Amino acid sequence: MIPGEFDYVVAGSVDEAIGLLAEGGADAKLLAGGHSLLPLMKLRFAHPSLLVDIGRISELRGVDTGDDSFRIGAATRHADLQVRDDMGLIATAAKQIADQQVRNRGTIGGSLANGDSAADLPGVLLALEGSVTVRSRDGERVIEAQDMFQGYLSTAVMPGEVITEVRIPALTGYGYGYEKFNRRSEDWAMVGVSALVKASGGVCEDVRIGLTHMASTPLRASAAEDALRGKPLDAENIAAAAQLAAEGTSPLGDLNASPEYKRHLAQVLTKRALTTASAA
Amino acid sequence: MGQTVPLQVIVNGESHESEVQARLLLVHYLRDELKLTGTHVGCDTSNCGACTCLVDGESVKSCTVLAVQCDGAQITTIEGMAGDDGALHPLQEGFWAHHGLQCGYCTPGMIMAAADLLARRTADGPISEEEVRKGLEGNLCRCTGYQNIVKAVQAAAEAQRGVTA
Ligand SMILES: Cc1cc2nc3c(=O)[nH]c(=O)nc-3n(C[C@H](O)[C@H](O)[C@H](O)COP(=O)(O)OP(=O)(O)OC[C@H]3O[C@@H](n4cnc5c(N)ncnc54)[C@H](O)[C@@H]3O)c2cc1C
Ligand code: FES
Ligand code: FES
Repeated sequence: MIPGEFDYVVAGSVDEAIGLLAEGGADAKLLAGGHSLLPLMKLRFAHPSLLVDIGRISELRGVDTGDDSFRIGAATRHADLQVRDDMGLIATAAKQIADQQVRNRGTIGGSLANGDSAADLPGVLLALEGSVTVRSRDGERVIEAQDMFQGYLSTAVMPGEVITEVRIPALTGYGYGYEKFNRRSEDWAMVGVSALVKASGGVCEDVRIGLTHMASTPLRASAAEDALRGKPLDAENIAAAAQLAAEGTSPLGDLNASPEYKRHLAQVLTKRALTTASAA
Repeated sequence: MGQTVPLQVIVNGESHESEVQARLLLVHYLRDELKLTGTHVGCDTSNCGACTCLVDGESVKSCTVLAVQCDGAQITTIEGMAGDDGALHPLQEGFWAHHGLQCGYCTPGMIMAAADLLARRTADGPISEEEVRKGLEGNLCRCTGYQNIVKAVQAAAEAQRGVTA
């Protein structure tokens, strides 16, 4: 399969990319790793007139480690994050994205801009309560994780905007766990669960649970979080909270799993992720 | 529309310059323009890994990369693995010695993915079966059942550590 014809230009800087994107009009698109966009173009589901390649902009690549947060350049690849064990949850999740070949190309900015609820990093961003910085001709703005994912493959990033940076808090003192269930190891998640737990004297001081592929957007398992917060972190309380993991979700059935099965998976995986996060 | 773009790459140590269509996929550039047909197309949908080659030392599925994205890059294909004197690369040796292939369709991709896996490794002990299986999760084989592929990669890892299997 061969994509339709398009023009191609390499952006040397973010400002240049913003200018090229604006001049390119409605059918111009950014190209980062290309591992969501190119498969769609090969199937002719997407036919941009111009691709602006941001994969060579060095200011978009790499991680700045601050005292209490990480600033991740949008074109930082999954392969760059998979080795950052100091970054906790996001590194653990990055290791589980697809396979090494895909991780060598795919970027965090591309994954978040694509906003697929089956993708791993959107749910992780939501659980971490991170944010995404975007820039356009109109200036810069910050989109909080809770406002980012708006619908099926739809995010708060507007046409003409370039994601420049993803910020996540360091969350020192939190244990974490990431559970992903799929049929073959390289596949997308049937369901994925991120859990972050802060314990104090064996009691759950704070808990955050992100759900992957349980609706058209990633979600927080609020009912399960509320059930565990303030309680002793024992097996019984974790199991009781995990029972509530599918509340408020609306998973779509697909070839691999019915909605009922996905709800069941959400409960089981939440229990596992919470158990791992509490043990840390 | 459909402009051509200058492309300069080094493939298996040899420099190539051409004008290509922006939509030309790396795998087609390698196979059709450079006649390096060792890189195979299996699924054409980013799933099987048959088209794996190395770009700047890292494995990619060349059916999912535009040739122009590689401008200025060093590319290694299966044809570039053996030494100048024809001596097989330890991975090729491993696949040969351990019968790591049957029809051979997946083999170039397997070897290139395994090259990334071994290069990426930081631990110095022998590579475990689990590590090999996880490292090759992006490559499918319809013939072997994977057992001998795992053994082949383990043997190559040992050979590279200077231990004979
Ligand atoms: C075989 C296969 C398996 C996969 N499995 C998984 C998986 O298990 N889990 C998972 O999470 N993902 C998976 N993916 C997706 C992969 O992680 C993609 O790389 C990722 O979703 C998109 O990143 P990219 O850099 O390749 O984006 P691209 O494909 O380059 O771009 C995707 C979209 O985002 C836009 N975009 C890119 N960068 C920016 C930016 N900085 N600002 C604004 N918009 C931007 C583009 O215009 C485009 O619309 C898989 C992909 C493949 C091919
Ligand atoms: S042909 Fe490229 S992954 Fe199958
Ligand atoms: S040897 Fe035939 S596909 Fe692997």
